[in-house]
Amino acid sequence: MSQNSAASAPGRSGTRVGRPVGRAGSHWARLLEGGLLQGGVQGSPVLRLILRWVRRPLLPVMRLWRRNIQLRVVVSTLLMSLGVVLLLGFVVIGQVRNGLLEAKVKASQSQATGGFAVAKQKADEVVTGTGDDGSAADGRESQNVIQWMSDLVASLSSGGQGAFDVVTLPAGGNAGGGRGPRASGTVDPTASVPEDLRARIGEGTTAARSYTRIVYKTGGKAPQPGLVIGKQLNDPNGDPYQLYYLFPLTQEEKSLSLVKGTLATAGLFVVVLLGAIAWLVVRQVVTPVRMAAGVAERLSAGRLQERMKVTGEDDIARLGEAFNKMAQNLQQKISQLEELSRMQRRFVSDVSHELRTPLTTVRMAADVIHEARGDFDPVTARSAELLADQLDRFESLLADLLEISRFDAGAAALEAEPIDLRDVVRRVVSGAEPLAERKGSRIRVVGDQQPVVAEADARRVERILRNLVVNAVEHGEGRDVVVKLAAAGGAVAVAVRDYGVGLKPGEATRVFNRFWRADPARARTTGGTGLGLSIALEDARLHGGWLQAWGEPGGGSQFRLTLPQSLDEPLRGSPIPLEPTDSRRNRGLHDAGGPRDGDKRATVPAQPPTAPTPLPRDPIVPRLAMVPPTADPTALPGSGARVVARPAAGARRAEDTAGGAGDAGGPDGAGDVAGADSADAAGEAAGAGSAEADTAAPDTGGPDAPDAGGPVPDAPSAGTAGAAENAENAENAENAENTDGPAEDAGRPVAETEPGRAADGRKSEVGPEGAQKEHGEAFRGR
Amino acid sequence: MMSFMKGRVLVVDDDTALAEMLGIVLRGEGFEPSFVADGDKALAAFRETKPDLVLLDLMLPGRDGIEVCRLIRAESGVPIVMLTAKSDTVDVVVGLESGADDYIVKPFKPKELVARIRARLRRSEEPAPEQLTIGDLVIDVAGHSVKRDGQSIALTPLEFDLLVALARKPWQVFTREVLLEQVWGYRHAADTRLVNVHVQRLRSKVEKDPEKPEIVVTVRGVGYKAGPA
Repeated sequence: MSQNSAASAPGRSGTRVGRPVGRAGSHWARLLEGGLLQGGVQGSPVLRLILRWVRRPLLPVMRLWRRNIQLRVVVSTLLMSLGVVLLLGFVVIGQVRNGLLEAKVKASQSQATGGFAVAKQKADEVVTGTGDDGSAADGRESQNVIQWMSDLVASLSSGGQGAFDVVTLPAGGNAGGGRGPRASGTVDPTASVPEDLRARIGEGTTAARSYTRIVYKTGGKAPQPGLVIGKQLNDPNGDPYQLYYLFPLTQEEKSLSLVKGTLATAGLFVVVLLGAIAWLVVRQVVTPVRMAAGVAERLSAGRLQERMKVTGEDDIARLGEAFNKMAQNLQQKISQLEELSRMQRRFVSDVSHELRTPLTTVRMAADVIHEARGDFDPVTARSAELLADQLDRFESLLADLLEISRFDAGAAALEAEPIDLRDVVRRVVSGAEPLAERKGSRIRVVGDQQPVVAEADARRVERILRNLVVNAVEHGEGRDVVVKLAAAGGAVAVAVRDYGVGLKPGEATRVFNRFWRADPARARTTGGTGLGLSIALEDARLHGGWLQAWGEPGGGSQFRLTLPQSLDEPLRGSPIPLEPTDSRRNRGLHDAGGPRDGDKRATVPAQPPTAPTPLPRDPIVPRLAMVPPTADPTALPGSGARVVARPAAGARRAEDTAGGAGDAGGPDGAGDVAGADSADAAGEAAGAGSAEADTAAPDTGGPDAPDAGGPVPDAPSAGTAGAAENAENAENAENAENTDGPAEDAGRPVAETEPGRAADGRKSEVGPEGAQKEHGEAFRGR
Repeated sequence: MMSFMKGRVLVVDDDTALAEMLGIVLRGEGFEPSFVADGDKALAAFRETKPDLVLLDLMLPGRDGIEVCRLIRAESGVPIVMLTAKSDTVDVVVGLESGADDYIVKPFKPKELVARIRARLRRSEEPAPEQLTIGDLVIDVAGHSVKRDGQSIALTPLEFDLLVALARKPWQVFTREVLLEQVWGYRHAADTRLVNVHVQRLRSKVEKDPEKPEIVVTVRGVGYKAGPA
């Protein structure tokens, strides 16, 4: 490994694990997923596909990395310690090598310097010796030099057999005259001396050194690293030649590799041990944490007696203690609540029993007296009749009260099985026939060709439907009552439509309030406990279903029960639109060729399934703001006109009366134009109409909704429906009666549109409520 | 056989006013009521008076109604009608499972009570000799006995009626409402839990393996039918 990579490796791992361990993983994962894998390839589906394909096998690993803190810590520790060990190793090895080579170089240099001196001296000796001979023959001369050279090499290398070798090379390109390369031992003279060293030496007369690989001519001996020191000298003839000392570094090499091996072994041990230590240490911390997580999971699953084991006094123990304290408190509170609920249930049950037993006696006595009333004088006889009648009422009131309190105590249990709603409807209708005959109306059943099966509690569903049908007959003013069945999209619905007095704006929600009565003046004549619809609503909620009402003044009303086909599936819509297709608005739209809004309303939301019914604030709310619908000529049944049929007029009226309430007619047109199912409610919300509604409108999501609140009463198309219409469509809005003005009403709701979601239903329909209120104001003004 | 229409009725109720009122009503209808106000004494009174029917309040001092019901049922198949102030599922089902044939929720109308009592006493007015088989069971309607391989199986009158009703028309599936009308004498739809509980009780006696019924088969979503004859 090069120095460079050695330096970078720890650096890299350092940046990676140098962060807090907990965040490092997520950060990297985010970077990887967000920046690298998604952000970078937006707009290129092919690339994204490839990346996804590449990513897939990595996913389990990434998940493990994200989820396992122990793994993260151990891996980080391993990487960090590996980096440290590598850095350390390279530093140590570098120093050892430098030390070894320095010593070698020093020794070699002194050796070589000595050798060069000897060679020079020998050459000088020959020169002085032969100088006496004068001119010897040239052939002899070269012969002599060859011999001299060989002798020189032999004598120089004789001192260090194995410790060094001696090589002579001709200087420059002059290889003639017997000055060919020579070497001691089996060293290959030319291959062992690097070219650049030869060049350097040829330039001057100083000694130079270099590292090289000593190559041997004879096989068997592998080339080995060595130090070469050379100098250019003159031979006895005065010709230059190069003398090299070659010092093999075998020993140093051995020492170095020994050090390297030792360091590597030690480093490996250190890394592995550090990893193991990290694993152990993290385990010490993680095990209690995991235990706590497990205990917390079991606690939340309802096993309240679960506790953590606490040992010692460290942080983990403190965590455990705190956790246990929390669990203890939780358990206490829960058992307190359970106890309260149990007591409440017990109380209801006891009251029920204690009241019922004497009531039974009274009831029987009253019946006996009633039977015998023929023998009494008229006053006593009438008294007996009243007694019996009122006992009936008392009884049903008691039964309803107990039923409601059972719901409130959460003691109502659902006994659901697949039932065919047609059977239930048949039973209910045949039960209501006598009453219908008395009232002079007929009950028609529509949509009972196919089975309408749902998982439901037959007893409760029958109670709901009986309530709806009897109500419809009682308020139907002798006109027909239509019971419609349908099943679609995982839901079944039964709608009960009557053509009686209908509901005034805002009443569609209030009908479900406890003890609420449509008309205080009529209240006592029609009987009923005032709890029927509240119980029906609770029954519907128990099924995860919806019970909603729609009505228009003088145009009758429709109550719709929607139940999920299977209990574990949430409702998303209803097969029957809440507003019947023969409502005056829909007929008006149809006549004008406008969009049939009614068909789209199939997905209008319902009340939140668990929201408690508002407590009965006032048993009977005097609705002074309302004038009787008959006083409004446009609201007469069968007139075919909308309450605010002419938008300009409607708007003017609204302006006149509600003071700046502005565009009462226009907005719903916008809602209609918006068209989409989900925008429907938005349109209605915007239909609140007042300028102030603007604040709420942008949130409603209907694309045209913001325009809807426009203060200018721009006359919309024929599809216009008035705020009054919206008001009538209100299903479950909060009662607005206590608020001061329309502006507040319209502004209060932050209407959400997603009408398909039941949970949002309440919110999303507060808008219409505002509209109702406003409409109410308009009414009052007229 | 028995004196149908008129009969002895044992009223087990701790509320003296109600008991007295019940007495007035029952006497007015021609029954012979006798009274016991304590759960502990109920069994002794039952043995002594040998009533044709027991009216049993669920909440009693001493032994509670459920316990009394179980004790009476252990030694007799006499019809038991529970009086209960609780129409909650659990209470009713527990009462029915302890052996009651029928129940009536307070407050009730005298006529309703009398109708229920009559329905329970009106069984087999003219038992024509009739032999039915259902599975490997042989039912002697007149002799009021059910036998499997010559071994007779003890059933309460109500269970017997339920079995006979199913066995007479083995090809027909009975809805719970129809069974309520035929066996219990309800003219209007009532609590179908009555049927469920009694079918379970019947099965526990006549089926070889009550988990896999072969005599009384459930037809899901509809009701019950007699198994393949």
